[in-house]
Amino acid sequence: MVEHGDVRVVHKGGSKINFREPALSTDSRFLLCASGESVKVFSTATEECLHALQGHTDLITGVLLRPSNHLQAYSCSLDGTVRLWDFTDGILIRTYSIGYPIYGIYASAKHEGVIFIITPMHTDTNSELFQLVAVHLPQCGEQLVEAKELSAVLSNISSNPAASAFGREGQYIVSAKPLQLEVYFFKKHKSYSFFLKKDNQKGGKNTFTCITCHPTEDCIASGHEDGKIRLWRNFNHRKEYTYSTLHWHHSAVSSLRFTPEGTNLLSGGVESVLVQWRYNQESQRDFLPRLGGAITHISVSPDGALFCTSHSDNKITIIQSCVKVSAVIQGLVKGDRIRTDLMIEPRSKALVLNGKPGHLQFYSLQRDKLLYNLDIVQQEYIHESGLEQFEVVMAAFDASGSWLATVEERKQKAPELELNLKLWAFDDQKQSFVLNTTISAPHEGRITALCFPHVSDGQTTMLVSTSRDGHFKAWQLAAPAHTEDEGPSWSCDFLGAYHSLVPECCCFSADSSLLAVGFQEVVTVWTPASWELLTTLSQPPGAVRDLCFGRLSCSKYLLGATTSRLLCCWNLLTCSLEWVTSMDVSLLLADPLSENMAAFCFEAGSTDLFVFKPGEPRPLFSHKALCSGRVTHAVFVPREVMLESCDEASQWLNCSHLYFLTQSMDLLTFITKAEEDKLTASSKQLVVSDDVAMTPFHLLLGKHRDQLENPQAESRLSVEPIRQPSSSAGINELLQMPAHVLPSASFLCSMFVQSLLISVNKPSEQNKEKEEEMESEKEEEDSDGEMESRISRPEHMPSGESGCAAPALTKEEVRELRRLKKLDHSWMKGLLD
Amino acid sequence: MASYKPTNIPVYPKLGEKVTEETLYWKNYKTPIQIKEFGAVSNIHFSPVTPYNFAVTAFTRIHLYGLLSQEPVKTFTRFKDTAYCGRFRSDGQLLVAGCEDSVVRLFDVSGKVALRMFKGHTKAVHVTDFTSDRYQILTGSDDYTCCLWDIPNSAQLNTYQEHTDYIRCGVTSQLNRDLFVTGSYDHSLKVFDARVDKSVMTINHGHPVESLLLYPSEGLLVSAGGRYVRVWDLLKGGQPLVSLKNHHKTVTCLALSSNGQRLLSGSLDRHVKVYNTTSYKVVHNFDYPAAILSLALAPEDESIVVGMTNSILSIKHRKPSEEAKETAGHQRRRPSYRVYAHRKSYVPKQDDYLVSKPVRQHLAKYDKQLKKFNVSKALDTALETWIRGRKPEITVAVIRELDRRGTLKNALAGRDEQELSRLLSFLIANLVDARFAPVLITAAEMILDIYQSIIGQSPVVDKQLLHLQSLLERELDYQKDLLEVLGMLDTMFASSLPKIELPCSGISTSNGLPQGQSTASRPQILAA
Repeated sequence: MVEHGDVRVVHKGGSKINFREPALSTDSRFLLCASGESVKVFSTATEECLHALQGHTDLITGVLLRPSNHLQAYSCSLDGTVRLWDFTDGILIRTYSIGYPIYGIYASAKHEGVIFIITPMHTDTNSELFQLVAVHLPQCGEQLVEAKELSAVLSNISSNPAASAFGREGQYIVSAKPLQLEVYFFKKHKSYSFFLKKDNQKGGKNTFTCITCHPTEDCIASGHEDGKIRLWRNFNHRKEYTYSTLHWHHSAVSSLRFTPEGTNLLSGGVESVLVQWRYNQESQRDFLPRLGGAITHISVSPDGALFCTSHSDNKITIIQSCVKVSAVIQGLVKGDRIRTDLMIEPRSKALVLNGKPGHLQFYSLQRDKLLYNLDIVQQEYIHESGLEQFEVVMAAFDASGSWLATVEERKQKAPELELNLKLWAFDDQKQSFVLNTTISAPHEGRITALCFPHVSDGQTTMLVSTSRDGHFKAWQLAAPAHTEDEGPSWSCDFLGAYHSLVPECCCFSADSSLLAVGFQEVVTVWTPASWELLTTLSQPPGAVRDLCFGRLSCSKYLLGATTSRLLCCWNLLTCSLEWVTSMDVSLLLADPLSENMAAFCFEAGSTDLFVFKPGEPRPLFSHKALCSGRVTHAVFVPREVMLESCDEASQWLNCSHLYFLTQSMDLLTFITKAEEDKLTASSKQLVVSDDVAMTPFHLLLGKHRDQLENPQAESRLSVEPIRQPSSSAGINELLQMPAHVLPSASFLCSMFVQSLLISVNKPSEQNKEKEEEMESEKEEEDSDGEMESRISRPEHMPSGESGCAAPALTKEEVRELRRLKKLDHSWMKGLLD
Repeated sequence: MASYKPTNIPVYPKLGEKVTEETLYWKNYKTPIQIKEFGAVSNIHFSPVTPYNFAVTAFTRIHLYGLLSQEPVKTFTRFKDTAYCGRFRSDGQLLVAGCEDSVVRLFDVSGKVALRMFKGHTKAVHVTDFTSDRYQILTGSDDYTCCLWDIPNSAQLNTYQEHTDYIRCGVTSQLNRDLFVTGSYDHSLKVFDARVDKSVMTINHGHPVESLLLYPSEGLLVSAGGRYVRVWDLLKGGQPLVSLKNHHKTVTCLALSSNGQRLLSGSLDRHVKVYNTTSYKVVHNFDYPAAILSLALAPEDESIVVGMTNSILSIKHRKPSEEAKETAGHQRRRPSYRVYAHRKSYVPKQDDYLVSKPVRQHLAKYDKQLKKFNVSKALDTALETWIRGRKPEITVAVIRELDRRGTLKNALAGRDEQELSRLLSFLIANLVDARFAPVLITAAEMILDIYQSIIGQSPVVDKQLLHLQSLLERELDYQKDLLEVLGMLDTMFASSLPKIELPCSGISTSNGLPQGQSTASRPQILAA
């Protein structure tokens, strides 16, 4: 087996955006957040990602606005560098190499040219001890600077950046250890420590979780494990310090922030409620409940206009200071446990998997954007740790995407298991799934597999579910029994069992004429038409873990993976074993558009991928050591456009992409060399090519550009406004410019209106002289009006000029000249300058 | 910010019969008026003309009731013995009745004394009727004969001696003055033509015939006898059309609803069944307290009158129709409605700026409390008498929600005697309901855990706990019996199914009772 160099595994979308506290720009227009190895810049108004600042080679651990320049930001990373960015244009300004992995970054306006970073105390990265180090950033113009002036400030601190904070005007820095608060005064070079007892009388835990300082007063707010907030004052004495306690949260406070003026304190925790406390009037509180997942970070824009909260479900909520949600930036939710398989919604080709608790998320892979969340459980989510919640454990789409079946369960223990099987019909009007039938307790045990037959043309009317109670059930869509206004609903059609063995998996053949159910060691093959058992296949020892029918020309094969590390292929025509090979298959997948099958095998701590056709002995593709750990979730995603690659190694990617989730919940995919080249090429060349989609914007601007580019094609009478060579470049420039640096719309508008006027005027010019007269008069008025607005530009003379230029000019030519003047592109010149 | 999601109240499939238009129509009667008569009510007959009085024959009297009166408007008492079969003539002026003393009496509806006495039968006369020409009377008697009498000169016109047992029912044709049908205990129906001396058609019913009915078209004849109601096609020479066996005791009376679309049959099994006359399926069923002997419907089905063996006459009147009610209510409501419509009809103009008001989510009382995490109060609101009695599923859903939130124990704890007994009475009422059992068992266990220390302090609570215990014991026995029956059924099915060739033995579709929405098609054994 050969390793194929031209097919590469790449990360695909869905990076984590809630890892560290996001930074809001001074004017509250941009949001910077660390997302994997890049910093993403979002617009707070439109929720769109404007650009990603790329350059770091390892996980970014902090983003911070530069205190001395509000258009620049620092980012630090585990790769041991701090980078300075111009985030509005996405330009890397400077790279400071520190040499140690950095876990957090702080800066203060008081300390010019110094940043404070959290690094491990010892050089070996596994060390649990961290220190706060001040770094003097050398002032020189080079791109890559090595910062060597390091001085330790505090040692033995927490690696969590929320556990340290700068005090009023950068006079002191506070750091919280599990049960100790340490304040370091820069002036006195002295630190004070305050201790708390491990547990208070009521059994609450006093451990510090986060800390923040009041911007104008000497006050430190600290959050604790038991949900209390303590406000520390008078802490420049070792003995006479005081603190007051606020208590609303019922579990740990995860983030605390003061507003820039210090009038309010914001706190958040597992409850997913943003609490706003009035400073000095702590009994007055405002709440913003039900924000989503647990709040992990809160940040406040420097002008205090916006707050934003990061949530554990990979979401950033932007909140106006009047405690109203204004925007939500949602990334791919990657919970700790993805229980459902990865699925593709057949209509939108969106990736579907567990999202928020009790929801299914629909994620567009093309746009790397969450489309929507479908509420499956439809219950109020109680944010409390240790509570057993309903979880969506299984979901399946039928082939046409008109039905969705979901299984939710609560409580693991067998006697109290609560199970619901829900069937959702796609509603064309709502463009979403609507609950059709709820079957409570469909089985007595947990459901192990769920599948629809692959009927592509007709309506799906069957669903098969297998359960640990030893039965499999076929559910059928039935017309209502009584002539009432209710639509059709699902009910049980057949209940099958085999020697009271537990069914583990089921699979329909490509034409849905056969159903294979794996009962431990035995595979039973049934015909759904009459529910007769046709045959049984088995390859003991080892229970069948995964079953899969071949497709297209290989539809006579049935593949099964067993727990005894075997992959078996049965021929259904002869009912005999075709071949068997020894591999520990953790996941078996069939490409819906080709004969190919993918087997993820777990071998010596890492996963290998084999792509093969059931009828052929040699695998088409193999990739050793894909990632560490087992791969249990993967999916073939049909391509929009088929590739026509003839290369043997990448041929299997012609019809579909293969996406998979690793154990660390990274979404990976395979990419061919050709595709990669195309991608990089397209990202380099941002210039809009001719095959731009016909958007309204293109209709306006593109038409205009066409006129500019081929003036010869126009009729003699048509206007050729500008023959300046720079004009088309100017328009290119306009298209490449980010929208936020363009001139105001009134500039653009007059140009577009003019370009529209020309086409309207053409016929009238040719036809009626009289009208022309009137129009030209009107235009004179128009141009007068324009002149007034452009007094500052001396090169434009009043309209009298045209009159004295040449008396020989015909009326038409005079009009042309006028129009030429009106099409003013001076703003572009200004830009080019 | 997502809004609060209210508690999900599961919709359970409705048990019992489905609500159809038919049931709505037949349910639309007021509670019956019950009148005690002097003996078993053997016959009820409506006058064919307004005001649609009806004659009730019971023991030695015939009472005439007005359609809406509860007191008899007229009574005929001149019978020496039990009267039978009081019937009106088609003009509503005359009434004829048989008697145990074999004399047939003819009354003027306004008079008291019999106008004519027809003597000639030797035994009790159970059947009397007027022919359609109004001048003759048909009688049938226990002396196995039926006679035709002339009213003006009270002479016996003809006697037919073809039956071999008591004649207990008979009906004359409304279209032909010479035709009549009689039914007898000799299991036969005979169609007679007065122009000839013999019966023209004989039909065997198979059981002693108790009642006869001719369709308005007179093409079909309905006979009741034994447990059967049979319909015969007279035009095809008495061919049996359909046989209905929906009663489990003798069917005693028959009636047609006014439009001829429904057939009603009353029986000694205390039921009145309503059949659709096109499909001959039972579409509705009335229950009565005693065995039914007689049945009649007022024109337009305005009322159903039933006579029973315990000498009770039950009259059900139709409720006034919805339209009448609506017009009455409309008058009152109009002014406020107009104001409302005026505000509603305001159409914003083109350049008006619309200020949208956020839609306020309406929450039920218990949801409001749940939203505030007031768990005890939420349970209290869900246990309000109205909800508890009418919609136990709401109470159960709230308990389930509290359990899901892990706060059920807090909500159940700290209650006084009155509140605890309210909880317990709810448990007693609903614990054995298969739909609610899984949730309520958890709650019951928690209540026992919490309040075990106070057992013995309150006689009310102790009594309820004992009641609960006996309820559970009974339920356990019941479930055990059911399991035994299920086992027996399994054995029977297994032995009756043909052996399948394939090596699969574990399939039995019969065992896998189709499970629809309901959770508990299989009995659950409750752990006490």
